[in-house]
Amino acid sequence: MPEQEPQGFWARFKALPVDSTPKTIFVAVALCLFCSMVVAMAAVSLRPVQEANKLRDKRINILQVAGLYEPGMDVNEAFTSSFTPKVVDLSTGEYTDAVDVATYDERAATQDLNLSVALTDDPAGIGRRANYETVYLMENPDGSLDKVILPIHGYGLWSTLWGFIALEANGNDIYGLQFYEHAETPGLGAEVDNPRWRAQWNGKKLRDDEGDLEITVSKAPSPAGPEFHVDALAGATLTSRGVDNLVRYWMGEDGFGPYLARLREGDA
Amino acid sequence: MSQTRKELLVDPLVDNNPITLQVLGICSALAVTSSLQVAAVMALAVTTVTAFSSFFISMLRNQIPSAIRIIVQMVIIASLVIVVDQILKAYFYDISKTLSVFVGLIITNCIVMGRAEAFAMKNPPVASFIDGIGNGLGYSLILMLVGFIRELFGSGSLFGVTILQTVNNGGWYVPNGLLLLPPSAFFVIGLLIWAFRTWKPEQVEAREFRIQTVEAH
Repeated sequence: MPEQEPQGFWARFKALPVDSTPKTIFVAVALCLFCSMVVAMAAVSLRPVQEANKLRDKRINILQVAGLYEPGMDVNEAFTSSFTPKVVDLSTGEYTDAVDVATYDERAATQDLNLSVALTDDPAGIGRRANYETVYLMENPDGSLDKVILPIHGYGLWSTLWGFIALEANGNDIYGLQFYEHAETPGLGAEVDNPRWRAQWNGKKLRDDEGDLEITVSKAPSPAGPEFHVDALAGATLTSRGVDNLVRYWMGEDGFGPYLARLREGDA
Repeated sequence: MSQTRKELLVDPLVDNNPITLQVLGICSALAVTSSLQVAAVMALAVTTVTAFSSFFISMLRNQIPSAIRIIVQMVIIASLVIVVDQILKAYFYDISKTLSVFVGLIITNCIVMGRAEAFAMKNPPVASFIDGIGNGLGYSLILMLVGFIRELFGSGSLFGVTILQTVNNGGWYVPNGLLLLPPSAFFVIGLLIWAFRTWKPEQVEAREFRIQTVEAH
């Protein structure tokens, strides 16, 4: 008596050899479905923690450039008690409500034709510039303005450097400068992170008495005077030049110029 | 089973090291060894992925059709890597920022695929898991050695703690900038392979050809 044929669709399917076409397709589909479920679950369930990390990282950088950061501090608490974020319209230098400060993202905005402009004169090498930028106001206990933290970015040697510059309330004295993201050469351009180099920025001035933008990063001393000059990094000419360009661009008329003018006059 | 579990775990450390003997997984060894902390996290991630991918592939080994077996292995490995990447982003944010794209590139790390294809497809799950751990540890050992040399002489520190005060920070040590760049890992790994093969001469491969001498007429 011959061996009985398996009955039913499922039983016949199970009896097929592993290398048969239906089994191959079945394994491929089942595995892909299962793996995509695992991946989707991990991505969705961990997203809130990841978003909180990103926000915390940005806040740490803002606290650091303002000289407030201490390891182990409650970052979110310190940030919200010290800073008021505001959105500035770069063309007028005035605060604006055109976008929601809580959700506005400059980086995403540079990809949006309605929220950014293409640059023809582009010393910082950024291509497009957002119309609005978020600034962070730090107030004294009596409510007067202490410092402003402005976001800056521009191209160095290999990468775009993203950072913040902290200015005193007069809109002209630099308190500090820090980059939180770049991919410059380790040991050379990456020395922009070196605390000893960054310390030079403290106390420098952007503009002279005539209102000309004089701040510069260079090897040679600036003719305008030492208070406008930051010594370039040794062995990192192009990164230094990039920092020079991006600081001068963002502090200039195309960048935060109108806003800084309002700060200098004391009506921002 | 020809090897005991202990052998599976210990063998890949020196005698059958995936980097120095099999010369696999070199590209990530170049990229993530400029600091020890990053190298340690990368080592941990690769070990985890190798162990679990070998485990799951071995469980499915009798059901995987040979026509699509490489793709099936890739899907399993890729899913595990994405999960590891997501966990790093959630709980080790600073380190995941430094590792950036290299976590994703574990998918293409030859050690993971190599163990899946060479061992897990033919052996039971637990043995495959241990084999994955062993090979991950072998990879880790080399990564840490290279990271040690590169961080100590490139930045004058170990795990971010200053050992040799560099000139830029007011000390005396002039760091070797080359060691911070990826190509330096080639030299360090090359020297390590030399050292390993001097210590264990049986690892030296037989010559595939010999340069002919031409007799002068």
